[in-house]
Amino acid sequence: MTLVEVSDLRVEFPTGGAAVPAVDGLGFTLDEGEALGLVGESGSGKSATAYALLGLHRGTGARVSGTVRVAGTDVLAASDEELRRLRGRVAAMVFQDPLSSLDPYYAVGDQIAEVHRVHHRVSRAAARARAVEVLRRVGIPDAARRARSRPHEFSGGMRQRALIAMALACEPRVLIADEPTTALDVTVQAQILDLLHELRSEEGLALLLVTHDLGVAAGNVDRLLVMRNGSAVEHGPVAEVLRAPEHAYTRALVTAVPQVDAAPDRVSAQPAAGPGPSGRGEVLLEAVGLRREFGRGRNTVVAVQDATFTVRAGETVGVVGESGSGKTTLGRMLVRLLDPTAGEIRYRGRDISSLGDRALRPLRRELQMVFQDPVSSLNPRRSIGESIADPLRAAGELTDKAVVTKVKDLLERVGLEPDWYHRYPHEFSGGQRQRVGIARALAPDPKLVVCDEPVSALDVTTQAQVVSLLGELQRDLGLSLVFVAHDLAVVRQVSDRVAVMRDGRIVETGTVDEVYESPQDPYTKGLLAAVPVLDQAESAARREARRAPDETPAPAPRVG
Amino acid sequence: MARFAVRRLLQAVLVLLVLAAVLYAVFYLAPGDAARLACGPKCSTATVAQIREQMGLNDPVYVQFWHFLQGILAGHDYSTGAGTLHCAAPCLGQSYRTGDLVSHIIAERLPATASLALGAMVLWLAIGIGTGLLSALRRGTIVERLLTGFTLVGVATPVFITGILLLLLFCSWLQWLPYPTYVPLTDDPQQWAWNLLLPWLALALVEAAKYARLTRSSMLETLAEDHIRTFRAYGVREGAIVRRHALRGALTPVIALSALDLGTMFGGALLTETLFGIPGLGQQLVQSVQLKDLPVVVGIVLVMGLAVVVANAVADVVYAVADRRVVLT
Repeated sequence: MTLVEVSDLRVEFPTGGAAVPAVDGLGFTLDEGEALGLVGESGSGKSATAYALLGLHRGTGARVSGTVRVAGTDVLAASDEELRRLRGRVAAMVFQDPLSSLDPYYAVGDQIAEVHRVHHRVSRAAARARAVEVLRRVGIPDAARRARSRPHEFSGGMRQRALIAMALACEPRVLIADEPTTALDVTVQAQILDLLHELRSEEGLALLLVTHDLGVAAGNVDRLLVMRNGSAVEHGPVAEVLRAPEHAYTRALVTAVPQVDAAPDRVSAQPAAGPGPSGRGEVLLEAVGLRREFGRGRNTVVAVQDATFTVRAGETVGVVGESGSGKTTLGRMLVRLLDPTAGEIRYRGRDISSLGDRALRPLRRELQMVFQDPVSSLNPRRSIGESIADPLRAAGELTDKAVVTKVKDLLERVGLEPDWYHRYPHEFSGGQRQRVGIARALAPDPKLVVCDEPVSALDVTTQAQVVSLLGELQRDLGLSLVFVAHDLAVVRQVSDRVAVMRDGRIVETGTVDEVYESPQDPYTKGLLAAVPVLDQAESAARREARRAPDETPAPAPRVG
Repeated sequence: MARFAVRRLLQAVLVLLVLAAVLYAVFYLAPGDAARLACGPKCSTATVAQIREQMGLNDPVYVQFWHFLQGILAGHDYSTGAGTLHCAAPCLGQSYRTGDLVSHIIAERLPATASLALGAMVLWLAIGIGTGLLSALRRGTIVERLLTGFTLVGVATPVFITGILLLLLFCSWLQWLPYPTYVPLTDDPQQWAWNLLLPWLALALVEAAKYARLTRSSMLETLAEDHIRTFRAYGVREGAIVRRHALRGALTPVIALSALDLGTMFGGALLTETLFGIPGLGQQLVQSVQLKDLPVVVGIVLVMGLAVVVANAVADVVYAVADRRVVLT
């Protein structure tokens, strides 16, 4: 039976000028027990579509037209009361950010009980019992006790489970999951996806999975609908769409997805001047027993300990790890943005870990950093040209005219128009801003650039472009790169060697192929097993492997 | 919690000590002769000198300050013409001008100020939160626009204008209320409230406008939060969402700010007190400053300081009670 029927859906958000349609003539159906993946990059209208199913655009000023039928209810024409009965009871939504999606003031169990009582006439006590039951159902250990915890006392994965439990409490027939795993670490993501899969097969729920991640969709849905600019570019069984995409955009999207299980065509290479690919450049930077603590006394947290690794001239070292593993702290210490608590940083053989500001200044230019968030790491009140010129002006060696010329060269170098010198950050897309960030890092002619999650805020196609830009720059300029990221696939694409971090320690280092093909540390193995893959058979095999914990060691002891 | 209390207590003591020290220093440096002022213009130079000696004004300023601190900890005995006047342990000294104990002066003046401040706060919270919520929940309607206009006028109008207009309206033209004279609560509660109604209103209208704007923006901000969206998406009624999930978060900053404002107001809402002839601390403070009556000034400023420090602590506790994620340190 068809549960969800959408045809000719249009959603327009009124802006200052002409209304731009976020969704433009979209149509699809979802049958009972079926799973549909709504895939697209940011701004493709996938979330706006999901919201339309529950009539969540009502009262926001958005204009919605077309037909949306969910279990027989005409959502766009329904009264507020009818809509209320639909929400949660027929179709329940699991939101993206599990921390902000729960009320910080109330216990998780009480929130679930409240929602349950909206749709079921039961006593408070019965609703609480139901809350505990669904929390247990989604795998929260000690559910009766944890039901009394507030959201901030839960880990990210547990919060996401709690949100799913909230959906289950209403006994819906459709689950709408809007980027349910985007905020989560890869191992926790695998657990949540496995949970959704299990609920679907055991409770017979229909699933609408909204995601930007083709890998996440691939293993968890039957059909795939690829969206771009508000309309569907491709729609079909997931295996077909992924294997033989018909539309050029889908093809581009599929090829842009970094693959963790295949050695990529390397974009980065050893510099021409250096020794051949088999040999190694000279050691540029060496970290020896680095340690960093935050806080004092009883509240001391050790963010990084015993970190030892080397970066050679012209190579890329990937640093992977989950959130809280200390990878960013390590990266920042390498360029002395953070002072190490103990240990040495040898740059060209000289210990720079305790150099004063003045002594460090000439070295600052050689050690640069590209930051994760291209929005907040650029001053919104200064033109991008000025931002890039800052390090050059600080060096004080070039005349004003030479600085401008150099900045324009840099802009061209990173694939932007030189004439954009006077534009401001808000005029650029995320990918373009990251290019600006890269240009700024390159301005003082650095020898080593630490990139901290440089592509994690970007869409997959943009991500691929920025990654290839970095590779190209490295080849042309003979840079050394330290590439800090949580995404194992991206790290495989760009790195010569990899360091895997966990709880502040480097648990494994080696060449990319060594680490990815035959990981030695159980944690690395678990991480790799958790990465979503595009191939369906492989994806199913991995899910089975995760279910049998004896065969693959559990990646993390904490419950996600 | 115990740590929080101890820390705040120490902080309060330090703040008050610094306040008193600064006041002593300022008075020492400022021109004018307290003994001459205390004695009056007709005193002979000899009498003034005698009084100066008696008041301890010939001592260096730090000795005077030390005596003041001693008085607070151990009390003080003052010799009057007839005998000695004992000032018990937290002794704030004796007015240069009248010879009354500062603690008596404060005790006499504080009820009026407290009545004004507390009553006004109740009013401004009721009016402010009410209009703020209404304009947040009726967003985009004519109601909201009217209320926004009203609060804008309220914020922009000084209290003495509002006060005079209220007096003209209710006392002169409509003659619904008598011209206010302060009646202590203990004498006649009904008269107390009746006479304070206009001062409360004058003070509250200005403050209420501020609170309405804060409540409105805070409520709108809370309603735009993700967890509100969650409950909407699960069919929870809008009224229940506002009551259970939005109000608490939205009102926390409002309550905290009002604790601070109340603290400041304990130093006396001077304009309102003057306009309505309320014998409060504000009036007394201005008089005493003009007369260089140091002990009284120091006493009143310490009361103000104490009120602000206490209000700050209360505000922090309100935050912590409302939001369990906040840890008091």
